Amino acid sequence: MSLSTLTKPWEAMSYGFLDGSAKRELRRKMLKSVAVPGCQMPYASREVPMARGWGTGGLQVSLTLVNPQTRVKVIDQGADDSVNAASIRRFIARVAGTHTTMDTLEADLIQSRHRIPEEILREDQVLVLQVPNPEPLRPVQPNMSIARQMHADADYGRMWLQLYEQIVRSGRVMQGASYPSLVNGRHVMTPSPIPRWDVPKLHMAKHLTILSAGREKRIFAVPPFTRVEPLVFSDVPYKVEGHGHLTCTRSGTTGFFMNEIPQDDGSSAFEVSDSEWGVKTIRAHDGEGESRGETWYKDGEMPQ
Amino acid sequence: MTLTLDAPRIVETRPLLEVHGVSKSYGTVQAVRNVSAHAYPGEVLGIVGESGSGKSTLLRMMNLEEIPETGSYTLDLPDVSGNLFELDRFARRMLCATKIGIVYQNPHLGLLMKHSSSGNVAERLLVAGERSFATLRQAATEALEASEFPLDRLDAPPIELSGGMQQRVQLAKAIALEPALLLLDEPTTGLDVSVQALVLDTLKRLQQDRQITMVIVSHDLGVIRTLADRVMVMRRGEVVETGLADQIFQDPQHPYTQQLVHAKL
Ligand SMILES: Nc1ncnc2c1ncn2[C@@H]1O[C@H](COP(=O)(O)OP(=O)(O)O)[C@@H](O)[C@H]1O
Ligand SMILES: [Mg+2]
Repeated sequence: MSLSTLTKPWEAMSYGFLDGSAKRELRRKMLKSVAVPGCQMPYASREVPMARGWGTGGLQVSLTLVNPQTRVKVIDQGADDSVNAASIRRFIARVAGTHTTMDTLEADLIQSRHRIPEEILREDQVLVLQVPNPEPLRPVQPNMSIARQMHADADYGRMWLQLYEQIVRSGRVMQGASYPSLVNGRHVMTPSPIPRWDVPKLHMAKHLTILSAGREKRIFAVPPFTRVEPLVFSDVPYKVEGHGHLTCTRSGTTGFFMNEIPQDDGSSAFEVSDSEWGVKTIRAHDGEGESRGETWYKDGEMPQ
Repeated sequence: MTLTLDAPRIVETRPLLEVHGVSKSYGTVQAVRNVSAHAYPGEVLGIVGESGSGKSTLLRMMNLEEIPETGSYTLDLPDVSGNLFELDRFARRMLCATKIGIVYQNPHLGLLMKHSSSGNVAERLLVAGERSFATLRQAATEALEASEFPLDRLDAPPIELSGGMQQRVQLAKAIALEPALLLLDEPTTGLDVSVQALVLDTLKRLQQDRQITMVIVSHDLGVIRTLADRVMVMRRGEVVETGLADQIFQDPQHPYTQQLVHAKL
């Protein structure tokens, strides 16, 4: 069976692969999740021609939100040109007739895995994050119905205990990605496997973020201008990865989240993780004009 | 000249804890039948009775883990009013976390065996909203110290500790927020006699230092005799006799109590 037997090209009245009722279901649950920021809403997750765990949750949200005028950007680990990002982008364009772009500033909708772009998103942009494990309480409460009750009661003592234990055992908080964060002062969410570096970008952001897990059938959202506060003790400050001083060996940009490239001699080189930011920096150096927008981090620091 | 006498103190004081007419059954087993009990501030109420007489069930109800079919429960504390059995889940949880401490016979019920001991104690404060790591650490250390727990094992997980030490962690957790009421369900059952004596010593010292109101449940009259001011004897889910500890031990009235006391001697 090939993709063409499963899908049909977009038409003016019917596009985006999903049928009307699937889209309605997703739209309703998106509205609910915007109404209660950070609260996981169960939804009827549909089959899409992609294996569960490869971003089917994010894809369903994207397919519901796009129309043939939308400009879509898809990234995986910060890169637009990785295989997974490229095939999702091509799929959306094919079934919905959308335009595609790699430029963060040009995109209306950005679907992402593992990263939030370095350039500040605007009110008119939507960020869709693919979430593998939507339940932040899972490590402390394997029983999902008790976990739901704990969310209802804002009973997050165990989450804090986990942080306490990490500091006692290792002298610091070990949680790397998916750092549990309190949304709107009420629900703790896992902000998908984005690095700690990216979590502050969600706090009081102008854009809408929708997080969707296809296998777990859960959707949640961070509406614009909503508080997102990583769980931290009052006397142990939140620390992002120490990438602020690193320089990208390809583009020469400094002060952004980097990928570490191990070298033959045992040392490491670094490349900026947001590949489009690297490309724009190189273009600017080559005198092709400045296309870079404002960034969240300035000189490797996130202004408060 | 007329002489006026003040009413004795004890009459003026209201009980801290009052349980009235509680009944609870599991299927066809009536675990607790129309039981009433009270404890005055600073008092130790001992509940004694053979295995299966409903002691643990009664204690679980006092900890609001179990809601009886009938009966009421009040605690005479600031900001606490009404029948506590009617509280919703959320209010119940907050009340238990801040006002009541419990030590179970089985430490697995009260502790996270693989977390650190200090973390087990700190969890109490976390539930109550404490968010400073230094304060958590300090409070956990102090509570463990008050329970006479060896501080060089502060971060050892309970699973690596002896039974006596596990009970001390439970105790530290129970007293960390200085609860008004401390519930103890067979806290020393299953421990070596010498360890048992040490844990009882700690409990006695805590009681004297902090004037904490306690309800202690045991099938062992010796334990009750060491700690309790007043004793309630239970059998088959019912109270057969209550009285001051001395009364019960010197001059038991009910045949069942007589049997218990004589068997002990
Ligand atoms: N969760 C339960 N489910 C079913 N029966 C129970 C439960 N808890 C207690 N019982 C029954 O209730 C009676 C009283 O038990 P319990 O309160 O544990 O007595 P005690 O602590 O005095 O030994 C016993 O017959 C016991 O089998
Ligand atoms: Mg028992």
